[in-house]
Amino acid sequence: MDLSRSHVMVCGGTGCVSSSSMKIMDRFNELLAENDMDREIKVVKTGCFGLCEAGPIVVIYPEGAFYSQIKVEDVDRIVSEHLVKGRMVKDLLYKGSVEGEVIKSINDVGFYKKQQRVTLRNCGVINPEVIEEYVAYDGYEALGKVLTEMSPEEVIQIIKDSGLRGRGGGGFPSGLKWEFTAKAEGDQKYVACNADEGDPGAFMDRSILEGDPHVIIEAMAIAGYAVGADMGYVYIRAEYPIAVNRLQIAIDQAREKGLLGRDIFGTGFNFDMEIRLGAGAFVCGEETALINSIEGKRGMPRPRPPFPAHKGIWNKPTSLNNVETYANVPQIILKGADWFAGIGTEKSKGTKVFALGGKIQNTGLLEVPMGTTLKEVIYDVGGGIPNGKAFKAVQTGGPSGGCIPAAHIDTPIDYDNLIELGSMMGSGGMIVMDEDNCMVDIARFFLDFTVEESCGKCTPCREGTKRMLDILDDISEGKGTPEDLDMLENLADTIKSASLCGLGQTAPNPVLSTLHYFRNEYEAHVNEKKCPAGSCQALTNYFITEDCKGCTLCKKACPVDAIEGERKEMHVVDTVKCIKCGACVDKCPFKAIIKK
Amino acid sequence: MKSLEELRRIRQDAKAQVNIRTEKDGARIVVGMATCGIASGARPVMKALLDENKRRSLDSVRITQTGCIGACKLEPIIEVYTRGGEKTTYVEMTEEKARKVINEHIVNGRIISEYTIGAYEK
Repeated sequence: MDLSRSHVMVCGGTGCVSSSSMKIMDRFNELLAENDMDREIKVVKTGCFGLCEAGPIVVIYPEGAFYSQIKVEDVDRIVSEHLVKGRMVKDLLYKGSVEGEVIKSINDVGFYKKQQRVTLRNCGVINPEVIEEYVAYDGYEALGKVLTEMSPEEVIQIIKDSGLRGRGGGGFPSGLKWEFTAKAEGDQKYVACNADEGDPGAFMDRSILEGDPHVIIEAMAIAGYAVGADMGYVYIRAEYPIAVNRLQIAIDQAREKGLLGRDIFGTGFNFDMEIRLGAGAFVCGEETALINSIEGKRGMPRPRPPFPAHKGIWNKPTSLNNVETYANVPQIILKGADWFAGIGTEKSKGTKVFALGGKIQNTGLLEVPMGTTLKEVIYDVGGGIPNGKAFKAVQTGGPSGGCIPAAHIDTPIDYDNLIELGSMMGSGGMIVMDEDNCMVDIARFFLDFTVEESCGKCTPCREGTKRMLDILDDISEGKGTPEDLDMLENLADTIKSASLCGLGQTAPNPVLSTLHYFRNEYEAHVNEKKCPAGSCQALTNYFITEDCKGCTLCKKACPVDAIEGERKEMHVVDTVKCIKCGACVDKCPFKAIIKK
Repeated sequence: MKSLEELRRIRQDAKAQVNIRTEKDGARIVVGMATCGIASGARPVMKALLDENKRRSLDSVRITQTGCIGACKLEPIIEVYTRGGEKTTYVEMTEEKARKVINEHIVNGRIISEYTIGAYEK
C-alpha cells in the first residue's frame, strides 16, 4: 500500500453528516483526483471530534490543522492552498486554533486541553469502517490477552479492582455485575449492551458506536469470556441509523477476521453477537424493559428481583452494560486496574463523557476525569455562556436528574456528589441554563417528556406524573396556588417510592430539585403571578421604555396592531391586544422594548 | 484469527498507515512543492523521504510540504528543522540524496554539507 503524505479527516458523526460533511468528503476526493494527488493524500471518514458546535469539522494531518464550519465551496480553497501549496487557509481554521501568527494543532486547542479521552480515544482518529485502523491503535489486543493469558476469574477481578461503575445512570460496580452473572447457574448465558440512549441531549453512546464500533465488540467478547456467555446482543435504537450501520459493518469485519465466531485466537472460545433494534421508547433503556424488548415482547419493565444477572434474556443469566462502560474495558485490561483507579475520585474512578448543550459556547461531547468541577467543564472546556449572560444552573442526568444552581458550581463531578445535590450522573447529558431560563418551565419540559414516555404499567408513574404536569401547567399560566407547591412535593414523594422502575422512581427529580433550589421562582409564579426570567408567556408583558425614538418600526411589525403612537413620539403596547409574539423586539433598533 | 501473532502482523502494517495522525516531537522535514518544485521532481523526493522514514520506523519525524521556497532554480529543495529549531536547507534533491539526508542528518545527526544551499553558493 502507498504511504500518504497527508490525511484529510472528515467528521462522519451524525452532527456533521447532517450538515453535509459527506458531500464535503466527496468534493475532496473529486478535487484530489483532478489534481492527481489521490495517491499521496488520503481522505478518511472518521468519528465525532466532539466540538459539534464547530461542525462540519475537517482535520488535516500531519499538521493537525483544524478546519471548522466548512462548506462544500470551501473545499476548493483548502485543496488548492493547503494541500497543493502547503499554506493553511487561516480564515477557515477554527478560531480558537489561531493566535496571531501562530496556528495551533487540534490537540492544543482549549476545548481539548483539559480533556482526557479514554472511551473517545479513537473518535476522530480512526476510520470506524476499517478494522485495520482499530487494530493499529491496539485494537483486539486486550481480547487476545484475556483469552491467552487470563482466567475468567482474573478478568472479573481486574474489572472489580479498577472500580469501574456503570456509565448508563445508576453507577453500579461493573465487576460485581459480571461476577453475579458468572456465578449464576445456567446452561446458557448472555451478555448485552444497552445502546438505547434516551436522555434528551445525550449522545455519547451514539458517538462511540459511530466513531469506534469495534471497541464494543471487543469489550463484549471479553465480558462474554468472563461470565461464560457465547452470545451477545446490542440493543440500539433505530433512530441511530449511522451507528447501526457502522456497528453492523464492524461485526461483519470481525467475523471475517475470525475475531467473532468459533475458536477465537485458537483458544476454543466461541462468541458471536447480534444487533436488536429498538423503536425508541425511553423506558426501553431500563434493563428489564430492554430485555423484554429484545425477546420481542412489549417494552415494559419486570419487577426485580430476579435481577438480569440471574434471569435475563430468555430467563437466562445476562450481564447488561452500557456502551460507555464497555468502551472502558479493553483499556483497563491493557493498562491495568491501577491505571484506571488512578484516575478520578475515591469512589468514582476513570473518566466520564458529557454531552454539553443549552446555553453554552462549545456545544458538544467531552471527556474529563471524574472529579473535575462543574465550573471547569462549563467554563474551561465549554467556553462559558454566550452573549455575556449570567450562568444560572446546569441540568444533569436528563429526565431522571435535577438542576444544580450556580452556588454549587465548584462541586467536583462524581456519582455521589451529584446525588447529594439532588441530581444524578445519568448518562451524562448536561444542559446549561442562563438567566433567561425559567426553572418552572425547565421542570415542566422534563416532566412532559416522562409523561409521554411512561409505559403505563404502574399507576403512580402513569397517573402521578400526569397530575404533576397539570399542576406545573397551571403554575406557568398564573393559575397556581401556594397549596399546589405542597401538592407537588406530596405527589413526588409517592411516585418516587411506589413506582416499579427507574423511570417513575426518578421522574419527579427535575421538579424536586428546582423546588429545592429555586423555590422563590415558584412562589413568584404562584403569589405574584410573575415569571422572574420572563419566559412563561402567560405571565409576561411587553413594555416600551423611554429609549423609544418613535421610529414606528415596531408598530409596522406588530401583526395585531397592538402598538399605538405617533411618529417621533413614544409608543405604547396595548397589553390586552398583544399576543406576545416578540416581533417588535426583533425590529426595535434602540432596544427600547422589554419583557417584564 | 488463529493467533495473537496474526493480529500483531496486521497491526504493524496498519500502524505505518496511521502514524501520520499522531503528534510528532522530532525533526520536521519540509519539501517545497510549488509548481517549480513539483516540475523539477519534488514528488519522488517526498515519496523517498516517506518510504525511508517508514523503513527505519522513525516515528517521531514529521514530513510535510510547503509552497515555493524562493530559489526556484535550486529545486527540489527540502528544509530540515531539528528539535532545537535549527534549519538546514538542502537543494537540488534527488530520491537518492533524500534517503541519504534521512540516514545521515536525521539518524546520525550529521549535516551533509555538500548538499546544502551554502555549498551551492560557494
